[in-house]
Amino acid sequence: MSEKRRGEERWGKIKGFSIQFLPYSEIRDLNSDERIKRVLGIILSNNILIIQGRLSSNEEARLIGDTMAMIGHIKDFRGIELAVISGNERESFFGKMAKGFANVLAGGDFSAITIIGPASIVKEMKRNPKKIELLLNR
Amino acid sequence: MAIKVFKNFFKRVLANLFKNNKEIKMGFYGPPNAGKTSLANRICKDFTGEEIGSVSKVPHETRKVQFKEKVEISYKGKKMVFKMIDTPGIATKIDYEDFLKFKMSKKESKERAKEATQGVIESIKWLDDMNMVVVVLDATENPYNQVNITIIGNLVARKIPVLIVANKIDLKKADIKKIEAAFPEYEVVGISARFGDNLEEFYESIFRLSKKIQ
Repeated sequence: MSEKRRGEERWGKIKGFSIQFLPYSEIRDLNSDERIKRVLGIILSNNILIIQGRLSSNEEARLIGDTMAMIGHIKDFRGIELAVISGNERESFFGKMAKGFANVLAGGDFSAITIIGPASIVKEMKRNPKKIELLLNR
Repeated sequence: MAIKVFKNFFKRVLANLFKNNKEIKMGFYGPPNAGKTSLANRICKDFTGEEIGSVSKVPHETRKVQFKEKVEISYKGKKMVFKMIDTPGIATKIDYEDFLKFKMSKKESKERAKEATQGVIESIKWLDDMNMVVVVLDATENPYNQVNITIIGNLVARKIPVLIVANKIDLKKADIKKIEAAFPEYEVVGISARFGDNLEEFYESIFRLSKKIQ
């Protein structure tokens, strides 16, 4: 059996995808509708998206709602995997919100990184306060 | 002057009277299979004799928001009337193939997945209507799930008082400390909805939380 075949058998085939990085400056001036549209556009093109900063809680909930509405209407789309990790994690999400909620709402938590991927590519995002692990679908 | 003082006093008494008689809308939120309906059933059964909905090991058993009105909870001489609102579990992905593992047909699985997606949308819409929320988490699961963070973040933004319940403490793998570490600003009550363990602490927390309603 060739080396390539053995590799495929062991690990399976990972379908093509790319990773896109979205700096905060790219979404800073967008309103919530535009931000969500931008994020969806990237994810629906089979990309894993890394955003500098984070969406507001409201935007996250809307993103979940919007993607739920797409399941069954877009071929092979099963939803998303989403995780946020913040640099000053010990301060906790809600401590930060209490201190500067307006800042968080504006997505201005620069120490945070948001990772969003289509569930067809990302099987699971394992998250703890210090790291995010991405498990991909074979 | 005396009339003004009397008027204000009368107004306050009336307001308090109205507040005490008003039903408090208490929502049960959380990821699928955390035990929201089990807990809501336990409370409803204790105080009304009836359950609110069916429970199952298959995720997304609750796919529509279900209610039980005028549930009068009495605990240590205190009484409060609640409208219990049990919501479908919030998830970021739903794959009909996951239901096939539970011996469902493809057609049934697809239908369940479709209803489950609508349930998630409905749960999110209902966030605005709650007076207080019990976030039910499975104490055997990793609490750092983004769904949990998103739900609580949305409640904070809406200034809705939150109580976190760590359910399934009867199971060996349960770890309440992990949930407390993940949400240090919140009171976490460990319970077993299945066996009714530690519900006294839960009721006490509910009464305390109701004072924070704005």
